[in-house]
Amino acid sequence: MTEAQPILSISNLQTRFATRYGLVTAVDGVSLDVMPGECVGVVGESGSGKSVTFASVMGLIKPPGWIDGGSIKFEGQELVGMSERSYRSLRGKYIAMTMQDALTALNPALTVGFQIMEVLLAHDSQISGSARNRIRKARARVIEMMMLVRIPSPETRLNDYPHQFSGGMRQRMMIAIALACRPKLLIADEPTTALDVTIQAQVLELITDIRQTLGMSVILITHDLGVVAEYCDRVAVMYAGQVIESGPTKSVIGQPSHPYTQGLLRSIPNLANLDKRIRPIEGQVPELIDLTPGCRFIGRCDVREEACTQRVEMRNIGQGRTVRCIQPKGNVQ
Amino acid sequence: MNFGKLIERLAQLIPVLLGVMVIVFFMMALTPGDPVDIMIGEQPISAEQEANLRHDMGLDLPPVERFIKFLGNAVTGNFGLSFFHRRPVIDVIAERLPATIELSLVSIILAILTSIPLGVLAAVKKNTIFDRVSTVGSLFGVSLPGFWFGILLLMLFAVHLRILPVSGRIGYAYEVDAVTHLLLIDSLIAGRLDTFANALSHLFLPALTLGLPMAAILMRVTRTSMLEVMSQDYIIFAEAKGISRTRILIRHALKNALIPTVTVAALETGSLLGGNMIVETVFGWPGLGRLVVESIFVHNYPLVQAAVLFYAVTYVFLNFFADILYTVLNPRVKL
Ligand SMILES: Nc1ncnc2c1ncn2[C@@H]1O[C@H](COP(=O)(O)OP(=O)(O)OP(=O)(O)O)[C@@H](O)[C@H]1O
Ligand code: SF4
Ligand SMILES: [Mg+2]
Repeated sequence: MTEAQPILSISNLQTRFATRYGLVTAVDGVSLDVMPGECVGVVGESGSGKSVTFASVMGLIKPPGWIDGGSIKFEGQELVGMSERSYRSLRGKYIAMTMQDALTALNPALTVGFQIMEVLLAHDSQISGSARNRIRKARARVIEMMMLVRIPSPETRLNDYPHQFSGGMRQRMMIAIALACRPKLLIADEPTTALDVTIQAQVLELITDIRQTLGMSVILITHDLGVVAEYCDRVAVMYAGQVIESGPTKSVIGQPSHPYTQGLLRSIPNLANLDKRIRPIEGQVPELIDLTPGCRFIGRCDVREEACTQRVEMRNIGQGRTVRCIQPKGNVQ
Repeated sequence: MNFGKLIERLAQLIPVLLGVMVIVFFMMALTPGDPVDIMIGEQPISAEQEANLRHDMGLDLPPVERFIKFLGNAVTGNFGLSFFHRRPVIDVIAERLPATIELSLVSIILAILTSIPLGVLAAVKKNTIFDRVSTVGSLFGVSLPGFWFGILLLMLFAVHLRILPVSGRIGYAYEVDAVTHLLLIDSLIAGRLDTFANALSHLFLPALTLGLPMAAILMRVTRTSMLEVMSQDYIIFAEAKGISRTRILIRHALKNALIPTVTVAALETGSLLGGNMIVETVFGWPGLGRLVVESIFVHNYPLVQAAVLFYAVTYVFLNFFADILYTVLNPRVKL
């Protein structure tokens, strides 16, 4: 048996923005593979480039931004430089995305039902026939999707406008829209940030359920390592536009290798370290303008040394783990 | 929209209208010139006859008393007789109104039909030559004085090129049965395409002059709100759904961008009322605007007062209508 091919393969991606302050390198050499059916968590603090990385995957980077290099392959097909027309037939159908902020991502002037229906009408080849038939079939699917994300009485609520929905319901509607065409890959950008803890769990369970029934891959962007620990097979930690550590969730969380990941884990209160004082990482994320070639974390790192001012490459440290540090700690055997 | 709010809005009308009436009445009373003198002109007339005439016209009373009497009558819908026509003011106004309505409607439709597509295009082609040219164009549109632009058009199309008539509403040879009193519609009802074409040729230049500032403003508003809307998250999300660009523009963006545009259009219709007076005078258009201007010159108090009251009510209702439209278009707002 040959080894399974990744459904999404990002390698050495560079995404830049021209701003009035200078050139911002929001994504700098990111590489990441996602296997079919797998759930990959992407963590990192605000501004680390999570959203921009996956906006690049969706082909949604617009001037003043551009993809400056690297490759993004979806099922072996190169996406960088692909025509808008081909991209459009991919988006929403094979790769779907939910946006970070559900409150602003739904169109306030259109009913929620319409907003699911149009994605079905745009992509679903089973919805065919006369205009009337298509609408009827699509409507049935809309109701089915709304039921799937547990919106009560979908038959009437599909005529509601987004403002008539609660935050959690809007989040679930956005997931329903993303899942309407049964995509192979779902990119969920902070699907739970705005939600309270119980609804947060509901939404994540829902995504997991659907992932298992549809067999799709999920990229879960979050800054909550607890969420990653619970729902993701693998995790990639981003810092200042780079992936600085990645690997199987258990292994990375159990034995973090990069000083930044270690700091992140220390800063989370959990059962294991309740007695220890929570220690936030000192210092600030560097500006993404005029970056020096050395390690991005150097200003905040306790164990830095001279060599850290040189370019630090991603290194393989076994067990499917990679790390961008010259002296990774944590004994990975 | 609940009933209490509606009553409240209507009640707000009263002080506004009262204020308008006070201003108009006393401005007219303070302008030099005497309507009785103007009416008499050069005719030989005795002092007694003149006093009778003055009494008939209600001008022998002091201004404050006249004003109170006028208000009392106005409440019952009686605006008195027009000084010169010797007919009820209401009748004279009603006779002139259709011409003004026709001109205004055509101007508004023309303005909306051109400005919205142009505004969308300017937003889509932001910072291109098209956008720049249309920006300069709309600046001209807003700032050109109507009388000047109107005369310019007249000189070009009516005097030099001789392809459009100089003034009036319809040629003498054309006549149709009045059904709606709007010539374009009446001529179509009568199946008279020649009359329709003639009416249209008379309408074109005044409608262009009247509609230009409105078109310019609406285009700017459309452009600005389109740009604002196009940068919203829901547009990016629509793109992430793989919806075609045209659909996104029309279904997702325009629907939101039109909310301010339509509201401004309703408000601008109010300013159009003022523009009517100038444009109708320049183009000899037999409408209410020209009637008011003429009446001001001859101190025809009852007519001016009634017409201004009519303008004020229309203006206030247009504002009111703009508010309602805003709520209807915007599902987030409940009135
Ligand atoms: N349109 C843009 N123009 C200029 N800079 C941008 C633009 N979009 C993003 N950036 C920059 O890219 C960097 C990464 O932003 P990104 O939104 O990917 O962060 P993130 O990791 O998703 O953060 P958060 O957790 O807050 O969502 C930020 O520093 C931001 O300033
Ligand atoms: S490369 Fe050097 S500075 Fe960077 S994290 Fe590793 S030890 Fe610290
Ligand atoms: Mg983000």
